[in-house]
Amino acid sequence: MPTGLSSEIASRTIEHLEVVLIAMLLAAAISIPAGISLTRRAGMRRWALGLANVLQTIPSLALFGFLIPVPLIGGIGKRTAIVALVLYALLPMLRNTLVGILGVDAAVRESAVAMGMTDRQVLWQVELPLAVHMILAGVRVATVTTIGTATIAAAIGGGGLGVFIFRGISTVDTGQMLAGAIPAAVMAIVADEGLGWLERKLSPV
Amino acid sequence: MSAIVEFRGVGYRVPRLEILQDLNFTVEAGETLVLLGRSGSGKTTALRLVNRLLQPVAGTVLVEGKATTEWDAIRLRRRIGYVIQETGLFPHFTVAENVGLVPRLEGWPADRIGARVDEMLERMDLPPAEFGARYPRELSGGQRQRVGVARALAADPPVLLFDEPFGALDPVTRFDLQRQFLEWRRTFHKTSIFVTHDVREALMLGTRIGLMRGGRLEMLATPEDFAQTQNDEARAFLASLDWRREMDAHRPLE
Repeated sequence: MPTGLSSEIASRTIEHLEVVLIAMLLAAAISIPAGISLTRRAGMRRWALGLANVLQTIPSLALFGFLIPVPLIGGIGKRTAIVALVLYALLPMLRNTLVGILGVDAAVRESAVAMGMTDRQVLWQVELPLAVHMILAGVRVATVTTIGTATIAAAIGGGGLGVFIFRGISTVDTGQMLAGAIPAAVMAIVADEGLGWLERKLSPV
Repeated sequence: MSAIVEFRGVGYRVPRLEILQDLNFTVEAGETLVLLGRSGSGKTTALRLVNRLLQPVAGTVLVEGKATTEWDAIRLRRRIGYVIQETGLFPHFTVAENVGLVPRLEGWPADRIGARVDEMLERMDLPPAEFGARYPRELSGGQRQRVGVARALAADPPVLLFDEPFGALDPVTRFDLQRQFLEWRRTFHKTSIFVTHDVREALMLGTRIGLMRGGRLEMLATPEDFAQTQNDEARAFLASLDWRREMDAHRPLE
């Protein structure tokens, strides 16, 4: 393998990781608090889940394309790619936050309230500890999917491992495609295993 | 004697369904009032009005002379122990953490919480050294209910509410806990309201029995009077005890 390629693989991998990491942190920062507050607002729940569902049904290449002309968040480059990836990751994280908290045994929640816990105490001491592995499962699913989807970011100048794949397609060069696909797959497996381990470790029962 | 809990013309309803109507009774200090009734008679709803898990639509529920709606809900609930059939123990808390919950919420110092937890576990026949560090899933059904009772009693609340606490236990374990309940009643002197659909349990544990039917209080009597009454609903409950007569009636003629 030429030294030029291997050093490019390294730098593209870091670039890829950066985009995924920022997107995941933003998506978690939005969807976990949003999910928590939706557990207290039954009326808004369907509406919000519906929106997140619709976002997820937009084909990914199209979503990247749609965002380019949007002012402030759009344009060519990483920022647009990150916005698109955040929109994709919202649904699994939001849904798992809701399912995790609403899935806490009704008898447990009722006795927490009946023991005289405040709503905040019920949330932090009962609901979140019992839901954390479910929430993390959402983060894991979102992260693994995002690592794959992020390769498309190269189409709108977002860089990352997708650069090799698009270059390989246009030059019919399998080696180039693999230079992008293999590190992305390895990254997804490592993320899956690592987050899976954390999920089991934080599982309450 | 003084009224610790009082229902004054209490009604409760959800859309299109009347659950409780014009409920009037008092629970005196130190007594165990058993609310007996069939499924859907409103007995659990009545119980949940006491610690303001629900609020009355009509009338007033008074606890220690003050309407539950006037109480700060958190303060009220910490003065009322609550034991339910599914125990509601926190699965991610150890037995000791579960029992020490309300004292911790009340801000007791750690050493006092520890001492109180040990004392409560001892009194429930659960040696702290053996059970304190276990999780609820590592206990039998009867042990879990005992932890539930210990948790309800830990902060020494003047009032206790029981919602079919022994309903899910096998009959032998249930009888064992019913006997212990009488023992606890003698030693702790708590005012209790106990909901059940088991007439035998009502007769055994209640100082008075309130019979509920269709959201109303059908009658209120001591177990002795209850056993003698001609009230239809009470007779229907008492008849369920009489297995021997049914057996004799269905015995083939010799």
